[in-house]
Amino acid sequence: MSDPKTMLRQRVDELLATHDPATVSTTEFLGARFDAGLAWVHFPEGHGGLGLPQEYNDLVETWMDEAGAPGPERSRNGIGLGMVAPTIMAIGTKEQQEKYLRPLYTCEEIWCQLFSEPGAGSDLAAVATKAVLSGDTWTVDGQKVWTSGAHHAKRAILVARTDIEVPKHAGLTYFLVDMEDPGIEVRPLRQITGEAEFNEVFLNGVTIPDADRVGETGEGWRVATTTLNNERVAIGSGADREAGHIGVLAEKWRKNPAIRSEAAYHELMHWWIEAEVTRLTGERLRQQLEVGQPGPEGSAMKLAFATQAQAITGLAIELDPDHGLLYDDWTMHRPDSTDFLGRDVGFRYLRAKGNSLEGGSSEILRNVVAERVLGLPAEQRLDKGIPFKDVPR
Amino acid sequence: MTNLLYTDIEDALRESVRGAMERHLDPHSTTGIYDEPKPWESKAWQSLTEELGVAGLLVPEDSGGVGAGPREAAVVLEEIGRAVAPVPYLTSSVIATQVLLQLGESEHIASLAAGETTAALVLPWAARPGHWSPAQGTDPVKPVAGAVGADLLLIPVADAGGFQLQLVKAADTTVDPLVSFDMTRPLAAVTLASGEVLATGEEAQRAVEAGLQAGAALLASEQYGLARSCLETTVDYVKNRIQFARPIGSFQAIKHRLADLYLEVTQAGAAARYAAAALADDDPDKAVAISVAQAYCSDVAVHAAEEAVQLHGGNGMTWEYPVHLYLKRAKSSQLALGTPEKHRQDLGPLVNITT
Repeated sequence: MSDPKTMLRQRVDELLATHDPATVSTTEFLGARFDAGLAWVHFPEGHGGLGLPQEYNDLVETWMDEAGAPGPERSRNGIGLGMVAPTIMAIGTKEQQEKYLRPLYTCEEIWCQLFSEPGAGSDLAAVATKAVLSGDTWTVDGQKVWTSGAHHAKRAILVARTDIEVPKHAGLTYFLVDMEDPGIEVRPLRQITGEAEFNEVFLNGVTIPDADRVGETGEGWRVATTTLNNERVAIGSGADREAGHIGVLAEKWRKNPAIRSEAAYHELMHWWIEAEVTRLTGERLRQQLEVGQPGPEGSAMKLAFATQAQAITGLAIELDPDHGLLYDDWTMHRPDSTDFLGRDVGFRYLRAKGNSLEGGSSEILRNVVAERVLGLPAEQRLDKGIPFKDVPR
Repeated sequence: MTNLLYTDIEDALRESVRGAMERHLDPHSTTGIYDEPKPWESKAWQSLTEELGVAGLLVPEDSGGVGAGPREAAVVLEEIGRAVAPVPYLTSSVIATQVLLQLGESEHIASLAAGETTAALVLPWAARPGHWSPAQGTDPVKPVAGAVGADLLLIPVADAGGFQLQLVKAADTTVDPLVSFDMTRPLAAVTLASGEVLATGEEAQRAVEAGLQAGAALLASEQYGLARSCLETTVDYVKNRIQFARPIGSFQAIKHRLADLYLEVTQAGAAARYAAAALADDDPDKAVAISVAQAYCSDVAVHAAEEAVQLHGGNGMTWEYPVHLYLKRAKSSQLALGTPEKHRQDLGPLVNITT
């Protein structure tokens, strides 16, 4: 094969020539991009890829951006693109790959994640939603929560309990679910911001063909952790200085001399420096990934993001009391995607409280760093080796 | 964005320096310096200079050096910090050397690069880029780092005739050692004496400024190395220390503190690397990079050493355990070349944030 870079450039040029992004619809363009193997070049041919090393994806993205070509909507279909696709590719059946990957990539089908439950948050393996097999159809009953995007999702990934006689990790199975099943009820879950970005999802007699099981029965935990491990650290392509909350606050400081004081200056500079060193750490991590040496700092960096977002938005409220006493809008909305920076300071402060909870609480992340990165002994467990039905809940 | 990773050559350099420090330093003899002060541990210094030739990293080959640069010197400093090595690398091979390089001086630079002589810039150790004053009148300058045991003293002086940078042989003046908080980098009071005028006016100022900038940029790497060592030693200790029939490292109260420290140390590594790279590239962002690295790494090194003392329990409080060497070096280095507070103050205007 010729130099992959030359070959890729050729394919990109061909795609752009036959499907002018200025005239064809986004869906049509993305479909053609998928068919040309330029969706995720590290996937095999026929599944949106060309079997190339993963690092070539950045190159294709750059060329697409330069040509003004659209990419998939990562903010709306983040679960699908970031978690579902790599899992289906790694563990799914050939039929699942053929049926689901293309519409996922074009965002004709948005995906959500039915993992967390009222009784299974940090302790995710404690899910109690029950799936029972009869013939070649599973019937599912239970309740899921913190499901972002469930109100516009066409499909979902689901972890459900299929055996209560074995220890908790061993009795789970992973499924692909049609969110249009009549047994599914999605209710908005209003948050402290006034919005309902998340949902509760009730499953009453939901049916799933056995063909939509991913991995073996009882292997759900392994499949779910594959998914989570596949999740590329959300560091983007090297954030700019003052991206994020610190930039909003610094701009306000520059434009508004009335809010400045000597004491606040030192606090602002403290957080400016914290944000900058986290940016540098992310940049270094990105450089490590580029040369194929990913580092373990990703999980620790999320701790930094959460701490900074909360402290900086809190400071922003204090700096301008007359404004901080107000709130932009308590009306209940159901936004399509999450925007941490889009609204006024009160909203940003309240929304930032979620940053130390979503995607692994800061307490759990500290355990993860301590155990997996530093090699400290694991937590002592009261539920180890006990059948799920006997675990205190 | 500049490259923040280490090259294979730098990895090899690190290995050599680490090996030399392990061979020639042991914590007990380093602790001994507090009872019987000496300017530096000569075997370790000999090994760095004669065997490894790292004193000449910043010096071009045609001036008798190795022709490497700040990135490589930063790696050496990470290892020096890791070992709390009592050697004058930062003061002589970085700061004083950078002053002479800036002036294009040729008489002494080769012997500094070879480590045959050492030199010190005579300014109070808390002086920082953009904020320092030359000696005036007749009072000794203090506290000065790197002067004890140095052969050459670079003394910025201001008198009626203007600003000068003088080179004074240590033998021609008095260097009084001071009882220092960190005896692994002992401080001194230097009595003024007239010597050879190396430069005057703006040229002299620029040279001193370049020395301080290099020192501040690369001190961050020494602080990072120290912090990383404290983290590793402490993680190792809590894995093996048994109380209540389990390793104390299995308690969340301890795991979470060390996870937070891991994050700080990791970020300090990125900040220090960026400062070294910005210095090497003479990046327009250099001043920002230096202030960020100094403000951040100074505090992380202190925090890492403080956590090490606490998590080593009663042992951490003893003279016998080497942890105190790290705390003393870290706390002293926090004040060196500008405190974090001063660097935060300097940084604001550079990024258009002012009171």
